[in-house]
Amino acid sequence: MREIMALDGNAAVAHAMRQINPDVVAAYPITPQTSTVQTFSEFVANGLVKTEFITVESEHSAMSACIGAAAAGARVMTATSSAGLAFMWEVLYIAASYRLPIVMLDVNRALSGPINIHCDHSDTMGAREAGWIQIFSENAQESYDNFIQAVRIAEHPDVLLPVMVMHDGFITSHAMERVELLSDEEVQSFVGEYKPAMPTLLDVHNPVTYGPLDFYDYYFEHKRQQVEGMAHAQEVILEVAREYEKLSGRRYGLFEAYRLEDAEVAIVVLSSTAGTTKAVVDKLRAQGKKVGLLKPRVFRPFPAKELADALRHLKAVAVMDRSISFGAMHNAGPLYLEVLSAQRIYGGNMPVVDYIFGLGGRDIVPAQIESVYDDLFRILETGQVERLVTYLGVRE
Amino acid sequence: MGKLIEIRWHARGGQGAVTAGKLLAETALGAGFYFQAFPDYGAERMGAPIRAYTRLSDSPITLHSPVLEPDVVIVLDPTLLGVVDVTEGLKENGVLLINTTEPPEEIRKRLNLEGKNIRIFTVDASTIAIQELGREITNTPMLGAFCVATGLLDLNKIMEQVRKDFGKKLRPDVVEANVRAIQRAAQEVKQG
Repeated sequence: MREIMALDGNAAVAHAMRQINPDVVAAYPITPQTSTVQTFSEFVANGLVKTEFITVESEHSAMSACIGAAAAGARVMTATSSAGLAFMWEVLYIAASYRLPIVMLDVNRALSGPINIHCDHSDTMGAREAGWIQIFSENAQESYDNFIQAVRIAEHPDVLLPVMVMHDGFITSHAMERVELLSDEEVQSFVGEYKPAMPTLLDVHNPVTYGPLDFYDYYFEHKRQQVEGMAHAQEVILEVAREYEKLSGRRYGLFEAYRLEDAEVAIVVLSSTAGTTKAVVDKLRAQGKKVGLLKPRVFRPFPAKELADALRHLKAVAVMDRSISFGAMHNAGPLYLEVLSAQRIYGGNMPVVDYIFGLGGRDIVPAQIESVYDDLFRILETGQVERLVTYLGVRE
Repeated sequence: MGKLIEIRWHARGGQGAVTAGKLLAETALGAGFYFQAFPDYGAERMGAPIRAYTRLSDSPITLHSPVLEPDVVIVLDPTLLGVVDVTEGLKENGVLLINTTEPPEEIRKRLNLEGKNIRIFTVDASTIAIQELGREITNTPMLGAFCVATGLLDLNKIMEQVRKDFGKKLRPDVVEANVRAIQRAAQEVKQG
């Protein structure tokens, strides 16, 4: 039976995990992710899933246990955040290069130091080169939906890569909202029974080795194949989204365009802030201002061409980044650098500026987002870009 | 219900503001509304002033920012008056609901709200809680007062929700004590 529940983002994902009923979950608690694995462990204790739930002593061990279980042929999941993700660093790369379809929730949180438990995107942005597919969610509903779709994306024989699903720490993880759940049976039949696409460690008839030495003789070829998995992912993500829409009625793509078709200026921003931006867009549209929003859903693989096509008609674009790529061009944010590269190759030549915001959970309020649209209209009027990178809401 | 109603809760850590916000949200779910309930997480500890927020709407809510201009402010702990600016950003014609022994007129004077278009409601939820629950946990009685002060949700629906939610983890007599506390607060709340 389908249910509509009042759930926070973490509980919504725990319910997705319950309905998927994975073979193995290995996890370690970290704020603000803790309640996901805590809620899921209750499902395990109450016999609602048949999952082998492995409590480990660290995130490094959590991901290592996931890798072992996945290589043995199990459907595997975990969840983490911030320093927990950082502690997994070494093994993140291993999960991707072994082509193991592990699905993980990362609750976006700042990295230390100074010590901070609140939202920004530094954790996943740091992991963007690890070979994982990365999908960002605006709210609890999207996180639930993305998590279920992630299983199918990861396990697709043309992809075989781990998938990271993100939602914003506290803003989404601890905010209770209305979430529409599919029925357990619907989720079960959507993800299907897990049949590993490649021989696994427990397949005695097809013995294989995972993770041997792989020097200058074949390492390069394996990395080249990993690129193919990532290159196929985009079409698979869309295919899975189409099937999910048929089931749920909720539409997902590589990104969401909000009132963008006839917009003159637009903001590109991830996750919960995109939701707040929608409210600002509605307000400014009511005043006759032609503003729009583009919310990337899939960050890895980055949909460069599709995104550039969607932005091509705009006269000015602001990217909002909830992290900094220290030492990159103008110390800009990672999303800005991607959007800018896409523009250079596929896009027009409108000005694109960057706004760094919300680091360490600093509030981002509608008035600030409105000020970004004001800045874009000023660029239109004057034809001048005063600053490529602006720090929004910082004391200087 | 109007398009979007924003509520800010003031309490001290451990008084149940987050639980009350969630109860309100779940009741709103039952009534077919969209909602958000979220706390202002700081370095929270028992007794420290905390804030929590609830949004209610008849259409999907995309805002994910803190509530800056609430329609309703609910104060669970009278000792916060003078410590925290509870009326900060409160909208014209907004509702201020306070757990206090003082009448609304006194509160209006104390908070310099004379001549301002703010509807003030008071109820001695602490005494109600002590008498009915044996402990000064004011979140449930304040929900009863909230229904009367705002007319946004049905009192019976709140009581149903408390029975459903608390029924899972508390003894039946404790659940019913909470329901009585809600009813009493709804009867005893004063407007001024």
